[in-house]
Amino acid sequence: MIRHVARRVVYLLPIAVMTSFLVFSMLLLLPGDPTFALLGETATLQERAALRTKLGFDQAIPVQYARWVGHMATGDFGRSLRTQEPVADMLAARVPVTLELTVLAVLLAVVIGVPGGIIASLKRNGWADLFVSFFAMGGMALPYFWAGILLIRLFALKLDWLPPSGFVPLAQDPVANLKLMILPSVTVGISLVALVMRQTRTSMLEVLSQDYIRTARAKGVSRTRLLVRHALQNALIPVVTVIGLQMGTLVSGAVVTETIFSLPGLGRMVVEGIFTRDLAPVQAAILVIVIGVILVNLLTDLSYAALDRRIKL
Amino acid sequence: MPDSSGTAFLAVDALRKSFGPVRAVENVAFTLRRGEVMGLVGESGSGKTTVGRLVLRLVEPTSGRVVFDGTDLGALSGRQMRRVRKRMQIVFQDPFSSLNPYQRVGEAIEEPLIVHGLRGERAQRQERVRELLSLVGLRPAHAGRYPHEFSGGQRQRIAIARALASEPDFIVADEAVSALDVSIQAQIINLLRELQQSFQLTMLFISHDLGVVRYLADRTMVLYLGRIVEMGPTEELFAAPRHPYTRALLSAIPDPDPDRRRERIILKGDVPSPIDPPSGCAFRERCPFALAACAVEVPALRAVTPTHSKACIRDDLH
Repeated sequence: MIRHVARRVVYLLPIAVMTSFLVFSMLLLLPGDPTFALLGETATLQERAALRTKLGFDQAIPVQYARWVGHMATGDFGRSLRTQEPVADMLAARVPVTLELTVLAVLLAVVIGVPGGIIASLKRNGWADLFVSFFAMGGMALPYFWAGILLIRLFALKLDWLPPSGFVPLAQDPVANLKLMILPSVTVGISLVALVMRQTRTSMLEVLSQDYIRTARAKGVSRTRLLVRHALQNALIPVVTVIGLQMGTLVSGAVVTETIFSLPGLGRMVVEGIFTRDLAPVQAAILVIVIGVILVNLLTDLSYAALDRRIKL
Repeated sequence: MPDSSGTAFLAVDALRKSFGPVRAVENVAFTLRRGEVMGLVGESGSGKTTVGRLVLRLVEPTSGRVVFDGTDLGALSGRQMRRVRKRMQIVFQDPFSSLNPYQRVGEAIEEPLIVHGLRGERAQRQERVRELLSLVGLRPAHAGRYPHEFSGGQRQRIAIARALASEPDFIVADEAVSALDVSIQAQIINLLRELQQSFQLTMLFISHDLGVVRYLADRTMVLYLGRIVEMGPTEELFAAPRHPYTRALLSAIPDPDPDRRRERIILKGDVPSPIDPPSGCAFRERCPFALAACAVEVPALRAVTPTHSKACIRDDLH
């Protein structure tokens, strides 16, 4: 088991290097000049060239990349060109926000999606099933920004139950934090809930039609034991796969959602950085996201061993 | 030997099952004495499997009664029915799909003991699992493996061990050897026979393989389009079939002796649709001996000797 995990982690290194190089160089190749943001429109060409040399933007991309990696290895993620804030500090403040958002979205998907899918599969073609299918279709089709705006209109502006936007750290005031996070996490989670519901329904139906379910009934197994021990345990494996695969999508949802709800997360850090050509924070944030998604995929793979007991590591 | 006192251990009466417009089982009635093996033969789609599942109430009958050792199964609640299940078990046809792929075989065999609260302690249950595995000719150490690690024949042994775990006195074997290749079939048939004899199991042995039924069954019944067309002691039925359909079936058994000349009855056409069966005798359109009278009404199953009955109006054949 430990050897297997260690090997998988080693395999991650080349992936991390390749993706980080891609991310780093693509951002440098973007049109636009960071000196505009720093010096304004009126600076002379000489002033801009001097600044570019000072910041190292005139060097070849591989050289810049090597320097970037070298600095990161010592814990120096650079500084924001615009605010001079250390990128490491920015990450420390913003990673928890995005993490909370995605964790809450996944939680919603599990808490609502799995039972919803089970009920739909048991009441196949009944009204509950119909509702689940309708919701699943709609939920997957709903774009994040649209869902977010609708939710703000209804729950914040019309009903006044929840605040429309803003952020309070979890450690500072958990209640206020959760109140502020409800609408964003529903926005990010809605399509995952829908997907998980549908996947649970489909794989439950598939498992329930298997012969070994009949065998279990013939044994005299109770309904609860039949559903949990024989059906659900086997049906959840593809559901976990779907959740794992959706993590990338979830992060892209977070980018949009953080912007709508003015949450100070990684997503907004990326968006703001791109608008102002403030590249250091963008590169660091994307690297964190990439590594996060890779790690989640690793966790998904490892979770198979727990769910599918035939797999021995 | 079957119990000769004459009381029915299992009594099936006027059993019917329709799936929508399909009348899968029509008016099936038979009794089994304790320790008796009843063979149930018929073509694909004749309703054999449905009869087996109806008897165990794995599917609900449209009408009719199944009385198991004095208990009317139809009158039981789900909870009461589950309690009876420990006494009546089934071995399914397909040993690949009838075992939960994510369950160790030891756990699959142990589960009936858990759900029926038999052999309380875990250690005792596991001892019983090892005992059952060696009973069916597997190594006790195999308990920790998963179904995919076994061959078809081994899996069917596991399925048999699982069925025997709760010490049932009635077993339905639904095409229990059909999915296995011939050499393995013989092993499993012998195993079933040994177990049947040593535990005095009452058994409904469902198969389309007449040779296997002849080897195992005390009595045999022949199903055609959901109805019993003939029923009698196995040897008698094979030696002197009374119903034209049974005769046609028996004449289709391959004979290893190439020199022997024998009557071979080739039936016309296919089995009619169970949605819209012919009037009267369902077999008449394919029967070489059909008369006009065969179309009038469904022939009743009637005794031709005290132990042998058939559903055919012609007594002048032979």
